[in-house]
Amino acid sequence: MRRGAGLAGLLVALAAVPFVPARAPGILPAPLNAPGTLQLLALCLVFGGVALSYALLFGYTGLLSFGHALFFATGAYTVDIALSRWQWPLLPALAVTAVVSLILPLILGAVALRVSGIAFAMVTLAFAQAGSILAFSNPGRLTGGEEGLGLVVDRLPAQLVGVVNTRYLYWIALGYLVVACLVSWRAVTSRSGRIWPAIRENELRVEVLGVTPYGYKLLAFVIGCFLASLGGVVYVLLAGGASPGITTANLSLALLLMVVLGGTGSLWGAVLGGVLYEYLDFRLVALAGSPGIHALPRWLSVPLGEPLFILGMLFILLVLFFPGGIAGVPDRYRFARAPKRRLLQGEEGTS
Amino acid sequence: MTPLLEVHDLHVVLAGSHILRGVDVAVPEGGVTALLGRNGAGKTTTLRAILGLVPRAGRVRLAGRDVSRTSTHALVQQGIGYVPEGRDVFAGLTVAENLRLAERTADPRYDQVYEIFPELRARAAQRAGTLSGGQQQMVAIARALLNPNRILLVDEPTKGLAPRVVARVIEILAAVSREVTVLLVEQNLAAAKGLARHAIVLDQGTTVYAGGFAEFVGARERVHRHLGVALAPAGP
Amino acid sequence: MSTVVLLGVTGLGLGALYFLMASGLSLTYGLLRVLNFAHGVFLTAGAYTAWLIVSRVGGNGPARFAAALLGALVVGAAIAAAVEVALIRPLYRRHIEQVLATVGVALALGALAQGIFGADPRPFPVPPWMQGVTPVLGAAVPNSRLVTIAAGAAVLGALGAFLRWTRWGLIVRAGVENREMVQALGIDVQRAFTLVFALGGVAAALGGVLSDGYFGTVDPARGTAMLIYAFVVVVIGGLGSIAGSAIAAVLVGLIQQFANYYGSVWWSFPSSGDLAVVLLLVAVLLVRPRGLAGGA
Repeated sequence: MRRGAGLAGLLVALAAVPFVPARAPGILPAPLNAPGTLQLLALCLVFGGVALSYALLFGYTGLLSFGHALFFATGAYTVDIALSRWQWPLLPALAVTAVVSLILPLILGAVALRVSGIAFAMVTLAFAQAGSILAFSNPGRLTGGEEGLGLVVDRLPAQLVGVVNTRYLYWIALGYLVVACLVSWRAVTSRSGRIWPAIRENELRVEVLGVTPYGYKLLAFVIGCFLASLGGVVYVLLAGGASPGITTANLSLALLLMVVLGGTGSLWGAVLGGVLYEYLDFRLVALAGSPGIHALPRWLSVPLGEPLFILGMLFILLVLFFPGGIAGVPDRYRFARAPKRRLLQGEEGTS
Repeated sequence: MTPLLEVHDLHVVLAGSHILRGVDVAVPEGGVTALLGRNGAGKTTTLRAILGLVPRAGRVRLAGRDVSRTSTHALVQQGIGYVPEGRDVFAGLTVAENLRLAERTADPRYDQVYEIFPELRARAAQRAGTLSGGQQQMVAIARALLNPNRILLVDEPTKGLAPRVVARVIEILAAVSREVTVLLVEQNLAAAKGLARHAIVLDQGTTVYAGGFAEFVGARERVHRHLGVALAPAGP
Repeated sequence: MSTVVLLGVTGLGLGALYFLMASGLSLTYGLLRVLNFAHGVFLTAGAYTAWLIVSRVGGNGPARFAAALLGALVVGAAIAAAVEVALIRPLYRRHIEQVLATVGVALALGALAQGIFGADPRPFPVPPWMQGVTPVLGAAVPNSRLVTIAAGAAVLGALGAFLRWTRWGLIVRAGVENREMVQALGIDVQRAFTLVFALGGVAAALGGVLSDGYFGTVDPARGTAMLIYAFVVVVIGGLGSIAGSAIAAVLVGLIQQFANYYGSVWWSFPSSGDLAVVLLLVAVLLVRPRGLAGGA
C-alpha cells in the first residue's frame, strides 16, 4: 500500500517536470523544462524501459541474448518506413509496427530457443548481425542504408512535431516507461512469471518437475522483445529518425551494461541502470567536447574524450567489484565474512 | 596417532542443495578405509570437497597440516592420488599421453605400473576413448600409482565392471594398500569387505559411524538403516 | 576463370585471417569456457603496433617489417596475458561475468584505439614484395593474399605441433576435455589459461599485421567487424578444435567471398556473403551445436 503511494507520487513528480523551471547546475545543462533537457530526460526514460525489457529476458529468465538491439531497431525502422517511405497515417503505421513486433520475436525466438546458454547467445548475435547487414545495405531503398532514415513528419499530429512540443514527446516517453513497468510487473507476478526465475536458476530442475521450459522462455522472449520495439517507436519520434547504428552490437552490449549496472536479476535496478547509462552517455559526450578535457595532458584527454572508453571501464569495474550492481549495494553490507553463511547463500556459477 | 587425512565440519552446497552438512572424516594411516553410504549420501561429494573441486566450508588436514586453503593442484602434489568415479580418462589422448600427463616427478614409476598393467604398455598408442570400461579403470588407477602418493582417494572403482575385472581391481587395491593409505568409496559392500579395515559411514550429509569395518558390518540393523541393504551372510 | 581464381584466393586469404582469430578463440573457449569478446582488440592492437613501428622506422628494408611484426606479436601477447590475469583469473568459475568483463575490455580498448588513432582508416605502407602480383592459373593474384594464406598455414602447423608434441600442448588438449581432472592430477591449469590467452593474442595480432597488408589500411573498427566472423568459424569448426577452425575458416572465407561477388553481380546485393555466413552460423548451431549444446 505504501509502496503504491510512493510510486504514484514519483509518477506525478516525473509528469510535472515540463512545468518546473528549476536548474540543476553541473547535472543538467539547462533548466528542467527546457526542450533540450526534456529531450535528454525522455531518452533516459525510453532506455530505462528498454533496459527493463532486456532484464526480463536476461536478468530475470536467464536468457543471455546478444541481439536485443534488433528488436528495438525493428520498432524504430518499421514505424519510420511506414510513415516516411510509404506515407501511411500514424495509426496504421503503429498497427503494422505492433504486428511486426509481435511476429518477429515469435519466429526468431522459436528458432533461437531450441538451444540454450552460449549457443542461444550466439544465435541471437547472428540474427542481430543479419538485421544490421540488412539495415546497412538498404534493400529496396527502404532503410536508407548508412545514413539512416529521417522521419518524415507530414502525417504526424502537430503536437508531436517541433522543438516547442518536446514536452509531449517527454510525456509519451514517460507513458512508455509506465506501460513497460506495468506489463513487466503483470508478467512477473503471473503464473508464468513465477517459472522464469526457476528457469534461470536451474532449468534441469524445472524440467524434472514436469514443466517444459520452452514455452515459458518463448513467452518471456516475446514480451521483452515487444517492449523493446515499443521503445524503438518512441525513440524514432524523439530522435527524428532511425539510423543503422541502433542495429549494431554496440547497442545490444550497452543494454547488457545497463542491466548489469542496475544489478542483474533486479527489474527496478534495470530501469535505473538504463536511465543512468543514457544520462552518463550524454554527459560524457558533452564532457569529451569540453575545453576542460582538452586542457588535460594527452594521456588523460584522449581516453576521457571517448565516452565508450569510460563506459567500458565502468563495466569492467562493475563486473569485478560490484556484481550486484546498484540493486546489490544494500546486500553487500548485510552479509558478514562468515564463509559458511556465504556458502549457504549460494556461490555463483560453480563449474 | 594422527590420522593421515582429517576433515572437520565439512559443508557443501551444490545447485541449491545442502549436500554435506558437517561431515567429519578421519582416515588413519595405512590400509583401506571405506567411505560408505547409500546413493546421494554425499560420498563422492566428500572426496571432491577434500580435493577442493567444489566450493566448501570446513577444515581439511593432511598429515597434521592444515590444507584448507591449499589449491587443488598444490594439494595433489603433496601426495594424493585421485581415481574418480567414472574414470575420467582423457578420451582424445592416447593411453601413453594419459599417463604422461599424470607424471609429477622426474622419475615416474613406469616399471611398477607396467608390471601391474602390462596391457597398458601394449595399448600405449591407443586412444583412451576407445578402451573398454575395465581398461579405462586400469588407466585411472595406473595414473595414481605412477607417483609416490601418501593416500589414494578411490571412488567406486568397481562400478559397471564385469565380475572378473572387479576381482582384478580388488586384488590390485589390496596389494597397493600395503604401501599406500587408501580412502575407498564403494557401494559394493562385498568388494569393500575384503579390503577395508576401517569404515566411515555417511547418511544424509553427516557422519553416522566411524570405526572398524568389521564391527559396522556385523551390526545388521545398522547396515540396513544407513545403507539400505541387507548384507548377505558371509559365504565362501 | 580468372575471376574464380581471384575470388578463390581472396576467399582463402580472408579465411586465413579468420583462422588466425578463430584459433585463439577456439582454444580459449575450449579450455576456459569463456567467449572472449576482447579478441578483436588483440587484432587491432597488433595492427596498430605494426603501423606505428613502420611509420617511425625509416627505410624500406626487411628489418623494418620484421621489427613491426615482432613488436605486434609481443604487444598482442602482453595485452592478452594482462586481460587474463587481471580480469579472467579473479572471476574464476563465474563464466558469465568473465564474458561480460571481456565485453567491457572490447568497448574500452576499442574506444581507446579510436581516440588515439582516429576513427578513420589510415593507409598502411605495404612492403613492396607484398604489393606485387603473381600469376596463378591465369589470374593476377595479389601477393598479399598469398602471404596471408602462407602465414595462416604456418600458424596452423605451429599450433598443431605445439598441441601434439609439447607438454603444455598436452595439458591444453586434456584441459579442453576435462580441466577439473587435469587439476586433480596436480597440474596448475591457471598457467595453461594464461598461456592459451597469450597464444590467442599472438595469433590475433599476427592477423592484425597481415590485415594491414591485405587491406592496405589500418582501421580501428576492423577487429570488431572480423570478430563476428571469427565466432562463426569457431562455432562451425567446433570449439576447442584447431583443425576444425581451419576447415571452417576456409569454408567461411570462400562462401563469403563468392556469395558477396555473385550477389552483387546478380542481385545488386553485395552483402549476400556476409548474410549467408551469418545465417550459416544459425543453421549450424541449430543442427549440430557441438560443444555448445545446453550452455557453457
